[in-house]
Amino acid sequence: MGLLPEPVEELLNAALVSELTVLDPKGRPVTYPLIPLYDGERIYMTSSVLFSKKLEHIKADPRVSLTITDATATPVEPFRRVTIQGDARVVEDDLHSGWESVLPLWTAKEPIITELVKKRFAMPLFWERSVIEIQPRRVYLWADERTDRQPEIFDLTGAAA
Amino acid sequence: MALSTVREEALLEDVAGYGHAVLAYTSEDGYPVNVATDFETVPERGTIRLDRPSGPSEPAEGAEVNVTFSHVHPQPGVGYDQRRYISIWGPLTKVNGSLELDPQRTHGWDEQRLSFFELCERSVPAAHRYMQKLSEERGETVKPTLSAGWLFFLATRVPFLTATFVPILLGAVVARVHGFSAWWLTLLALIGGIAIHLGLNVANDVFDSTSGADEANVNPTMFSGGSRMIQYGLVSLSFMKRVAIACYAIGIAIGIYLTATRGLGLLWIGIAGVFLSIFYTAPPFKFVHRGFGEICVALGFGPIMVLGTYYVIAQRFSFEALWASLPVALLIMLVLYVNQIPDKPADAKSGKKTIVVRLPKNAIVMGYGLSVGAAFLLIAIGAVTGITTRWALIALITAPYGWQVYKALDTYYDSPYELMAAMGKNIQLHLFTGLLLIVAYVIAIFV
Repeated sequence: MGLLPEPVEELLNAALVSELTVLDPKGRPVTYPLIPLYDGERIYMTSSVLFSKKLEHIKADPRVSLTITDATATPVEPFRRVTIQGDARVVEDDLHSGWESVLPLWTAKEPIITELVKKRFAMPLFWERSVIEIQPRRVYLWADERTDRQPEIFDLTGAAA
Repeated sequence: MALSTVREEALLEDVAGYGHAVLAYTSEDGYPVNVATDFETVPERGTIRLDRPSGPSEPAEGAEVNVTFSHVHPQPGVGYDQRRYISIWGPLTKVNGSLELDPQRTHGWDEQRLSFFELCERSVPAAHRYMQKLSEERGETVKPTLSAGWLFFLATRVPFLTATFVPILLGAVVARVHGFSAWWLTLLALIGGIAIHLGLNVANDVFDSTSGADEANVNPTMFSGGSRMIQYGLVSLSFMKRVAIACYAIGIAIGIYLTATRGLGLLWIGIAGVFLSIFYTAPPFKFVHRGFGEICVALGFGPIMVLGTYYVIAQRFSFEALWASLPVALLIMLVLYVNQIPDKPADAKSGKKTIVVRLPKNAIVMGYGLSVGAAFLLIAIGAVTGITTRWALIALITAPYGWQVYKALDTYYDSPYELMAAMGKNIQLHLFTGLLLIVAYVIAIFV
């Protein structure tokens, strides 16, 4: 068992898409659909330098929120909705291959990535990537798709370094 | 924000096609919150009504929030497709127990409206800005990388060398049928031809980058739009200039040696080849900018290479070699002709008035059909009249490829990525027809 409650881990491991909300320099929320990856402790996302605005926002303010909302893109029974707030950091010491550390998690969800990586020479800038690493702080889990009902709340502050 | 595919005029209509909304706002502790909720559009008010989620907190009355609508279509065993999203910002007010969003700003992407490849191309400047910023932060250059092998392969566009292999080998086998043979001279001619061809490819990138044609091209394909190595920051313009000069130096040196040892007749062929190659994109002539690119390519990769190789081996010219070169010339000309179709907007923007820029679709498609027909007619006439070997008739079996490309041009003329398959098939048409002509002469050697 990982850091997060089991139903949440199940959602993170299955979701093909989630929505990541970051804060822009004026403190306004900006939301990006991204594929979430989970290793039992932290949540990871990758971003090409082509689409780097979110990386700049995170570097300026690490507070983020991620939600899984799409039942069609999340093959889990029963489907639940979850929102995870946390602190993010951008890992980009090696844009060219540093992100390959999360490649096994990525290809498990999107198998075609294996083939695309082999042909990375065709889209070299797309494969220069940063990793967004999210340390979860609070989790809100709704028992079903009804977010108008009270969620179960998990406070993870101090649960992991 | 740039690169948005959101149709402002049909915002509510498009939003209504999504299954749910994600409401994002800033909570009291400063963290963003995002939570799914149901919604309905209110066209008469131009707003979006959201159900009140029972989340961590509620957005403050009148606060600017972000509401996102997102969709992907899962493809089991592959990943997903049909990606699209719309993100809207605006003040949120409470109305009869619901929340109402008044859209003020939008952003989004729908891959049906803007392909992923084009989105990437249009985002290249953003990538450079980001890496420039990283470079300044770190005090060292941060740039994309590729292995030296891939860089050479891509920057010189090695796969296009089929255009050189075919005419040179064709010239060699015609000479062999005529009783002349010198494998090492053929090899030398091939190396010289390759050097000039690679020099041309790289020089083309240099001049198209300088003129802005490659910068303006947001629909490059694997067959068109240049190598993109300069645009992606993988190599510098000056490096490419040095590569082009080195390639030409090798090719010209080989040409001088062959002229000195095989005869002055080669001089005019060599001068014509190098002249057309350099001034294909270079000023003052810039032939491709004036709509003469096809003629340059046809001459260079047709008669000049076939006759040049024949002369290197036989030390004389041949009408048969000239005739055999004509269908190859037409088919390689059509490779450029078709590959320029996706480049049309960028070429027009940069003042590169290619035939494709100058003529309407119908004329271009008809021109393709007539040229393909002429190529196969030349093969048939040559074989039937005995100008060429009769075995050349086997090259006619590729004719259906020409028909398929013709039909695809008519259907996908304005869709660069849909056209890619036809562009690939068009290159195969030249390659396979040329190889079959070579095979025909090889058979003629033994029969």
